[in-house]
Amino acid sequence: MKLQRSGFVAGIALTATIALTACGSDNESGGSGSGASAAPGSCVSGALTAQGSTAQKNAMDEWIKAYQGQCADAKVDYQGTGSGAGIEAFIAGTADFAGSDSALKEEEVAQADAKCPGGKALNLPMVIGPVAVVYNVQGVDGLQLSPATLAKIFAGGITKWNDAAIAAENTGAKLPDATIETVHRSDESGTTDNFTKYLSKTAEAEWTYGNAKAWKAPGGTGAAKSDGVATKVKSTPNTISYVELSFAENSDLQMAKIKNGAGEYVELTGASAGKTFENATVKGTDGDLALELDYNTKTAGAYPIVLVTYEIACSKGSAKAKEIQSFLKYTSSTAGQTALAELGYAPLPETLRAKVEASVASIA
Amino acid sequence: MGEYPSRSVNATAGDSGVTSGYARGAGSGVSPSSYQEPPLGGGSALPKKTRFSVETGFRGLSTAAGAMVLVIIIAIAVFLVSKAVPALQANTANFLTEKTWFPNDAEPVFGIAALAFGTVLSSIIALIVAVPIALAIALFLSHYAPRRLATPLGFVIDLLAAVPSVVFGLWGRDVLQVPVRNFSVWLNEYFGWLPIFGGEGPFGQSIMLGGLVLAIMVLPIVTSLSREVFQQTPGMNEEAALALGATRWEMIRTAVLPYGKPGVIAAVMLGLGRALGETIALALTLGITFNISFNLIENGGNSIAANIANTFGEANATGRGALIASGLVLFAITLVVNMTARAIIYRRREFRDSAA
Repeated sequence: MKLQRSGFVAGIALTATIALTACGSDNESGGSGSGASAAPGSCVSGALTAQGSTAQKNAMDEWIKAYQGQCADAKVDYQGTGSGAGIEAFIAGTADFAGSDSALKEEEVAQADAKCPGGKALNLPMVIGPVAVVYNVQGVDGLQLSPATLAKIFAGGITKWNDAAIAAENTGAKLPDATIETVHRSDESGTTDNFTKYLSKTAEAEWTYGNAKAWKAPGGTGAAKSDGVATKVKSTPNTISYVELSFAENSDLQMAKIKNGAGEYVELTGASAGKTFENATVKGTDGDLALELDYNTKTAGAYPIVLVTYEIACSKGSAKAKEIQSFLKYTSSTAGQTALAELGYAPLPETLRAKVEASVASIA
Repeated sequence: MGEYPSRSVNATAGDSGVTSGYARGAGSGVSPSSYQEPPLGGGSALPKKTRFSVETGFRGLSTAAGAMVLVIIIAIAVFLVSKAVPALQANTANFLTEKTWFPNDAEPVFGIAALAFGTVLSSIIALIVAVPIALAIALFLSHYAPRRLATPLGFVIDLLAAVPSVVFGLWGRDVLQVPVRNFSVWLNEYFGWLPIFGGEGPFGQSIMLGGLVLAIMVLPIVTSLSREVFQQTPGMNEEAALALGATRWEMIRTAVLPYGKPGVIAAVMLGLGRALGETIALALTLGITFNISFNLIENGGNSIAANIANTFGEANATGRGALIASGLVLFAITLVVNMTARAIIYRRREFRDSAA
């Protein structure tokens, strides 16, 4: 009885404290907020909700952290629900902008444009994610592969590491007489989609499985998520796979040099991946920057296996145009792009970045 | 309808004729409502029935709860079927015989054959490995171990059941895979003439790895239920066996095991249920290929639940419907297994009761 009563008293005390602190903190945040938003000129206060591609989730998290640090009253929420779900949410009006691994498809364009009265939906390339070809073969550094050989390995045409085709591209390397174990993503993923798209565009004769988010070629071993692929290759000798650059770097995996359209074997770095985009043609018009990638790029020093993810936003007519513009202005700025380097993404090359920035500036 | 009043009148009249004391009580207790039902036997002494008592209230509540289960199950079934049917209609292959799973394409092609096969095979491997070990542990805990050791050991085994499956999955992927690969290479070298251990490799991320991880997950369930059953063996039976000169093992064979058989079968079926439905541990440890092969050690294997975990994230409407259809197949498999188990237990019980 006594205990109960003291508990009751404690409860009242607690409620009172919470109520008081709530009042206090309310006042405080109001004060500091107005002070902070006055300082940088480009801040627009307000909340944004967005969702879509998981491939750019890490980039978004980094940007949101930095952006909210600058603009205390701005709030951005990005959920990595998948590209398809992001576009669906944008069309349904539950997302202010969407992240997507591919530009809007024809049947989606009309529906998305309907959300932008007086304007249209823009595809804004924002994040470049290079895909590394990783392998685990003892004593073989700097493996060099052409697209045709790479396609044959993953299609099961080449089964031994000392196959003549691999040996011809790696003169002097001590290739072991071991069975190649190819590893692919067992879950559906934009990385698989882009990797198989690269193979189908550069090695049409050797790769007949087209491109899709699911792995279509027979054979090979599946591993769940990028982390699963990286762990598998790290722990199993004689494996080869493909994974985003950040996972390859974090697990300290050996990365193959890939032959580009100019005939050189190029090592993967942020800069070499960005070069592939320098000559990418823009399919879209009026600020829409949907890209047509040339996987057979002849640009010197360009690493060709890359994926680009877009932000899909209204050019006009969005109720939150000011907030969207303010956030995307930051992400497409030089500061925003260089912030991604440590996360295993490549910054947009300056020519393309300037176009994106101009497009963002026209949002009204 | 017309008969009742006259009958009940007769009955009360007869009653009052025999025991006048009770009749008076019954007379006062019988409210108009009692005329509508025939009073039975000595019902006159029961407490009088009120319209809204705790009894009727509780009866109503429990009936509602029971009905709710049915309503929920039917609602779930309707929802699942309504999602699955359009996907199945869009399928351009035979759902039951097709092995691949590409429901998100423009022309969806998907089938359950390889997935269902992998689900059943991995579960069977898990049970073959886990059940003998689990029964041995249970017998040790209930009949061999000193009490001071048995109680804490029992706790530890129960704790094992509380470990999340993703932990087992990661452990299987990162730790168990290398020893299993080495063991597989050894098996392939010396027992390669057996089809289940044949093949060219690569080895390791195989249905055997998945089955072993499942076995560890099933172990605590089977152990802890069997131990409970074995502990309930009547002491008289055990003492009788010992008094007839049986050794400890003979006593267990003649008294404990026959008594525990239905309980052990139930425990194994519960374990099988967990193995069939296991999702993330298999998604992490299996090699995810879409083919039907009895080879246990080559990279490969897949299961219905693992496939759902792997492909749900990027699935479109048809893809989600296809996954729900695969879930219904898993449900059917589990139902068949459970009904078989119940049939076995029921038959055993009858057999034992009639023998006794």
